Amino acid sequence: MTIKVLGPGCTNCKSLEKRTQEAVAILGVHATVEKVEDIMHIAAYGILRTPGLVIDEKVVSSGRVPTVEEIKELILGQTARASS
Amino acid sequence: MKFKSLGLAALLLAVWLVLYVFLLSAVDGLVYGVLHLEPGTRLTSALHFFLYEAPKVLLLLTIVVFGVGIVRSYFSPEKTRKILENKPILLGNILASMLGIVTPFCSCSAVPLFIGFVEAGIPLGVTFSFLIAAPTINEIAVVLLFGLFGWKVTFLYVSMGLAVAILAGFVINKLKVERYVEDWVFTIRSQPPEMQEEQFRLDDRVGFGFTQVREIVSRVWLYVLLGIAVGAAIHGYVPENFMASFMGKSAWWAVPASVLIGVPLYSNAAGIIPIVHALLEKGASLGTTLAFMMSVIGLSLPETIILRKVLKLPLIFIFVGVVATGILLVGYFFNAIM
Repeated sequence: MTIKVLGPGCTNCKSLEKRTQEAVAILGVHATVEKVEDIMHIAAYGILRTPGLVIDEKVVSSGRVPTVEEIKELILGQTARASS
Repeated sequence: MKFKSLGLAALLLAVWLVLYVFLLSAVDGLVYGVLHLEPGTRLTSALHFFLYEAPKVLLLLTIVVFGVGIVRSYFSPEKTRKILENKPILLGNILASMLGIVTPFCSCSAVPLFIGFVEAGIPLGVTFSFLIAAPTINEIAVVLLFGLFGWKVTFLYVSMGLAVAILAGFVINKLKVERYVEDWVFTIRSQPPEMQEEQFRLDDRVGFGFTQVREIVSRVWLYVLLGIAVGAAIHGYVPENFMASFMGKSAWWAVPASVLIGVPLYSNAAGIIPIVHALLEKGASLGTTLAFMMSVIGLSLPETIILRKVLKLPLIFIFVGVVATGILLVGYFFNAIM
């Protein structure tokens, strides 16, 4: 599983990256967390607000920093969809 | 536990009211009663100003950021884009400027937002109206203006900001500047993500209010205190009417000079307004002061640098030039009527 955190480097983007890594560690899933800082790359995902969270190329959240609990659910939701 | 945030909000609101109502008598008691300072001296005047204004402004900031956080949870850039699609030019500029005030926006998202708007076929000038209004008229500016100057100046500032955003966007539309947008913006063809609108209960929205307070107040409190400290020093030590000769009505060059100094200067509203308050008190004229403040807050170097990614250099200059001219006109206008 590939998780991308979209954000040019504002405070919110950094805390989203941290929380995502935390969520991955708690769940113990096999996933790489990647930070996308290039603005062209970010824009290609069609989000209007940073930070954005992308799991397996699907935008699951934008414009806010979800809690670790919410990120865990988003990851689990995507894994369930992928396996079904 | 269903209405956790709501209950907490009611409790904190009561505490807030008590603090706000008794603040002045508490500060008077401290300055004259406990510290036994002599009324009327420069030190007393500066100290009293700081001890009263600092908590007052922080209290106002907290409550307004909280309220705005709740209001903003009803808006999103996605909804705003939907409203602005297929609107005729002038109406588009007006709507974009007004939505710019309430839509949650941070200048770090200026580029994705710009691209998203352009792709939806929203005219450039309308997009600019949004990008001008959003940072210029923000809750922090409104609180500080209201707290230090009262509702009249606040109303003037907000309507003047709206006027500049609408007119500047309208002019940019007329200038046909599409060719100065970086080519990759038109070829990127992003995929709009298929996310459903999230459903929020009132309690969630109150929770957003708390998050906003935590985020914004922790980011700006230091600037507020610094700004008020400088304001207090000017209040106590700078002679009356000292500013009148530089920033008064009679100095015709004061407005352009203020804008020229204000554009490259960058500060958030929190830091600049207490200083502006003190300038005004010492004889600077309202139009000049508002023009200075607006060019500091509304036009910022960091945002122009971010926008350079999507705009070619001539358009950056057109953007800054048109907005600065708008601010200039409004400055002269206020000096003429006040």
